[in-house]
Amino acid sequence: MGYFCGFMERYWLVAALICFLLSLGYTLFALGAGRFRPARFNVGMMLTGFVLQSVFLVKRGELVGSCPITNLFEVLVFLSWSIVLIYLLVGPAYRLSLMGAFTAPLVATILLAALLAPIDQPSGVVIPNPWVEMHASLSLIAYGAFGLAAISGCMYLVQERQLKSKKASELLYNLPPITDLSMANGRLLLTGFVLLTIAFACGMVAGLPVDSLKFGASAMIWVLYGGLWAARRQYWLAPSRVAACSVAVFLLALVTLPGIQFLSVPHP
Amino acid sequence: MNILCAGINHHVAPVDVRERFAVPAHEIRDVLHSIKAIDGLSEAVVVSTCNRVEFYTAGICPVRTLQGLRGLLSARSGVEAPLYHHDTPASVRHLFRVASGLDSMVLGETEILGQVKQAYATASDHGTTSRVLNRLFQSAFRVAKSVRSDTHITRGATSVGSVAVDLAGKIFGDLNHHRVMILGAGETSERTARSLVSRGVKTVIVSNRTFERAAQLAAEIGGMAIHFDHWHREFDDVDILISSTSAPHYLLDRSKLEPMVRRRGGRPLFLIDLAVPRDINPDVNTLEGVFLYDIDSLQDIAARSMAVRQQEVVQCEKIIDAHVGDFVTWMSKQSTIDRTC
Repeated sequence: MGYFCGFMERYWLVAALICFLLSLGYTLFALGAGRFRPARFNVGMMLTGFVLQSVFLVKRGELVGSCPITNLFEVLVFLSWSIVLIYLLVGPAYRLSLMGAFTAPLVATILLAALLAPIDQPSGVVIPNPWVEMHASLSLIAYGAFGLAAISGCMYLVQERQLKSKKASELLYNLPPITDLSMANGRLLLTGFVLLTIAFACGMVAGLPVDSLKFGASAMIWVLYGGLWAARRQYWLAPSRVAACSVAVFLLALVTLPGIQFLSVPHP
Repeated sequence: MNILCAGINHHVAPVDVRERFAVPAHEIRDVLHSIKAIDGLSEAVVVSTCNRVEFYTAGICPVRTLQGLRGLLSARSGVEAPLYHHDTPASVRHLFRVASGLDSMVLGETEILGQVKQAYATASDHGTTSRVLNRLFQSAFRVAKSVRSDTHITRGATSVGSVAVDLAGKIFGDLNHHRVMILGAGETSERTARSLVSRGVKTVIVSNRTFERAAQLAAEIGGMAIHFDHWHREFDDVDILISSTSAPHYLLDRSKLEPMVRRRGGRPLFLIDLAVPRDINPDVNTLEGVFLYDIDSLQDIAARSMAVRQQEVVQCEKIIDAHVGDFVTWMSKQSTIDRTC
């Protein structure tokens, strides 16, 4: 039993998880029945899930006395919250139909992993100053933007496949145009890269000693995303390659995240 | 009170017959008032489109109304009109089916709803509608909306031109700033180009072996004609190519297209090959950002959309049945109220 397990606030997350699954289930059902139309229900469920996540983070923040990113459990919850935050900001602006349907499973998977794995342990981390807090929270929000970039990339690849295969399926009619998806993908990569750069600048201002492995892993992610954005901007890579890379690099970032988090906390 | 629908449509009469009985917009007012003068008739609407001329009336005696309509049409055209006719409730069902696109030549087409709305508005403006036809047409518009939103009767495109437009939308989104090139000014490519122009395409370049034909088509659709020998010079800025030449060999293949694609800076390219034999080697579809559709693939999508629409007819008829029932119930209640008064 973890240090924080059993606290009532985890139920907020379970409720949020149910909202995301309901949103996904509704979309799958509507697509299966051939009756999908962008509905308020999907966005409503995502918004409700976001509010429930926010309640959890506020309560946990009060408990730990800082931004709730002191252990891997909190980091994963904060990351899933960031993805939904960026989705809610980006979705209406780009009017990308079905983006919620692609976002919900990613967010639900991260939340489920956080809830099921025995990782809600007290880390003893005391965030020493606001710069460190800014560094960590901005990094995770940047990861949220990269998550959405991966989702738009995934949607691009699916839609491109639909168009290349010349099969006018239900998905073809409901997914957005590939040009819009490519544009959203590029803007999300840029947003994430700018946020991550600011986060790293905050980390430097904080002036704390950094584990070289953590620095190397973080720098690798930063360089990969910077390179990807530049490759897109300069047309070194075709849009479909950029889309595929944005999915691959996000998976790499997710895999390295626990390691970076582990190296960020003090160990005896 | 009885609702009578009498008319001629594409199911019963070819165009050379229909055109004799068509009612032009400038004559609608006179025709409406002539119909209104028929003994026992209190309300009238005339729906006149390229595929149908139909008269919807509300009156006491449908037999007298029908005789009056026959006389009116014979007097206008000089020949006897081959009218079909329906009484309540078949007339109600017929209007609901017409407004929903179920009676159209292209099943599920939506243009007819606008035409029915226009016909009703005209009659209403000329004071030839009242309680019964107002209610009937308002119900028809609700039925059409319900059929359109609750079924797939309008799903997908059912012609080569509209399939091409749908696909262009799924590649480029807004078509306003995209350039189209037509190679070979055939009838299908002309129709496809017109469909794209109707969806916002501003720039169309036409190239044909006979320059005069290219110039003629360019003038008709507001495009620009170029000599056939120069088409590849303009190709770099083109987003959609419609090709239908009679060339015996491929005009475009992977080796020719690859350098052009590299110069496009990641912009997608939509190739529509309507020619038989084909103008574009199918292997270009494997190039990044290139989407090639030949006549078979476009017709296949159109046929599948039509099949989907056919499957939806049963569902549409159920919706219409429910609304016909509601309308007939309303009419019965009105009759009871009228008798009581």
